[in-house]
Amino acid sequence: MGKQSNKFLKVGFIVVSLFAVTACSSTNEPEEDNSGGETASSSNSGTTPATTTAGSDSGRLTQDEIAAQDALRQVVFYFDFDIAEFKSEDRETLTHHARDLAANPGKRIRLEGHADERGTREYNLALGERRANGILNYLIVNGASRSQIEVVSYGEERPDQNGQTERAYSRNRRVEIQ
Amino acid sequence: MAVALCLLGLVSFAAHGELSIQITKGVDNPIPIAIVPFSWEGSGVLSEDVTQIVLNDLEQVGEFRALSRSNMLSMPSEEREVFYRDWRLLAQDYLLVGKISRAAGSQLVRVQYEFFDINRELKLAGEVLTGSVTQLRDIGHAISNVVFGEVTGTRGAFTTQIMYVVADYISPELTNFRLEKADYDGQRAQILLESQEPIMSPSWSPTGLDVAYVSFETSLPRIYIQNIASGQRRQITNYPNINSSPVWSPDGSKLAMVLSKDGSPDVYVQDLTSNQLMRITDHPLIDTEPSWSKDGRSVVFMSDRTGQPQIYQIELGASAFDVERLTYDCFQCMKAAFLPDGVNLVHVRRETRQNPNYQIAVLNIETLRVITLTDTSLDESPSIAPNGSMIMYATKFNGRGVLDAVSIDGRVKFRLPSSQGDVREPSWSPFLN
Repeated sequence: MGKQSNKFLKVGFIVVSLFAVTACSSTNEPEEDNSGGETASSSNSGTTPATTTAGSDSGRLTQDEIAAQDALRQVVFYFDFDIAEFKSEDRETLTHHARDLAANPGKRIRLEGHADERGTREYNLALGERRANGILNYLIVNGASRSQIEVVSYGEERPDQNGQTERAYSRNRRVEIQ
Repeated sequence: MAVALCLLGLVSFAAHGELSIQITKGVDNPIPIAIVPFSWEGSGVLSEDVTQIVLNDLEQVGEFRALSRSNMLSMPSEEREVFYRDWRLLAQDYLLVGKISRAAGSQLVRVQYEFFDINRELKLAGEVLTGSVTQLRDIGHAISNVVFGEVTGTRGAFTTQIMYVVADYISPELTNFRLEKADYDGQRAQILLESQEPIMSPSWSPTGLDVAYVSFETSLPRIYIQNIASGQRRQITNYPNINSSPVWSPDGSKLAMVLSKDGSPDVYVQDLTSNQLMRITDHPLIDTEPSWSKDGRSVVFMSDRTGQPQIYQIELGASAFDVERLTYDCFQCMKAAFLPDGVNLVHVRRETRQNPNYQIAVLNIETLRVITLTDTSLDESPSIAPNGSMIMYATKFNGRGVLDAVSIDGRVKFRLPSSQGDVREPSWSPFLN
């Protein structure tokens, strides 16, 4: 059950992003539209109908609901080097995730923790778990149930980007909600 | 929560990209040795060049330099053809000669070799080894063991094997992970396990008959034991959260491992007969990378309980508070293992916060002297040859994972380049014969 609602949401996101891309490509200045779409989709007429489609049974969405749907779209959280705590700017987004889990007790998620390749593999496996647990605890404190969340660390075994650059490293230090 | 699909290919597929050795650093004064091409007294061409195998073995550990064939004044193949003066003139210290023949009435080959000390005009060793043509490589390595042992006084490790993990990036969504084993020089690689989910932490049993490793094939990291000959495998842990770092006790009866079922990673020991689990460390921060002391009565492990990874030691059965810290003078010291002498501790070391390099080092826990053996920046997973003479480790070269080896005095290095994929986590076998 949880699996299905999770999948449905993902499909919803794809519809939204496809719509946003279509909207962009139809204008002459995609750059401008793009930046508008990322920062404030609530004021962007292009994305609003698609968002409504994704949550069609709720009728017209309030500003809060739109913000919540936006937040739920962010499923990757990046970490600073050697730091296990998530960034303060992700706090609000994670609060929305927690509320969503609280509102949908049948929903299940998996938190996948990752590290960059510096340091030993076993230590990075442990660091990935520490990062994922940080988010796990925050979600529970904010209303999610422990039984809704599975935690797994991949350490440095599943990099998002290969290479020995600071950019690759910063992309690899992450927790993904699946 | 999709359960990942996983292709498990078991045992004995020849691996595509064989590793082969490049010497990156030799000693200043290698021992001069003449290895005369063994005569072949049969018809046809042999599939393996035994002489070349011995020559490669001895040169790649860096302590020997073989005389070029074109400079040889004679080509003896047995003792009565040896004239010590010929080799003294060429400033050779040692001489190896031999001949290969078909064993009468069988498919087997007979390799006779003799080994001489030129200065003392003395035959040091000689024997006849008989085997199938496919065993010529083993016979060559066995001869190298004898030569190495006679000259250095240390048992040769040329008939040992290595195990390692290869990650092949097929596409952004698909990585093919393989657990492979090969001769110590990367030849004759075989796939032990293939999966689309990560494989980690391979470890040999003390008999060399079984291996333990971590596989994510169920989408979670779990520990498995696999018999090398039969390919039969069993999952031996299914605890919540991290199950990692399996390492066999010296007597083979127990497996040290890391579990985070109780909140944070701690070291445990599982008895392989009773399956009884014993908790060894208990700390809310990370304890991992266990390795056994030679007597099997304690483990060294890494912990970041003081903020950064350092190495500690604890006796089995001791109170979790009764922990001895072994490293102090590094920003991070990790992944430690004792050399066979039980005094020198091989580890991964990052000296200072400002210096981002991870290197392989040896700490003498009695004198506290530290020798850093490598000078590259992302060195990890050191694994010690069973004779304690070399350490194989993983590093990066041109952006790819490769295996390097360094002698314990740091004077000799060689690299096993791979033809494809990231090669990592070498694990050197025990003596296999």
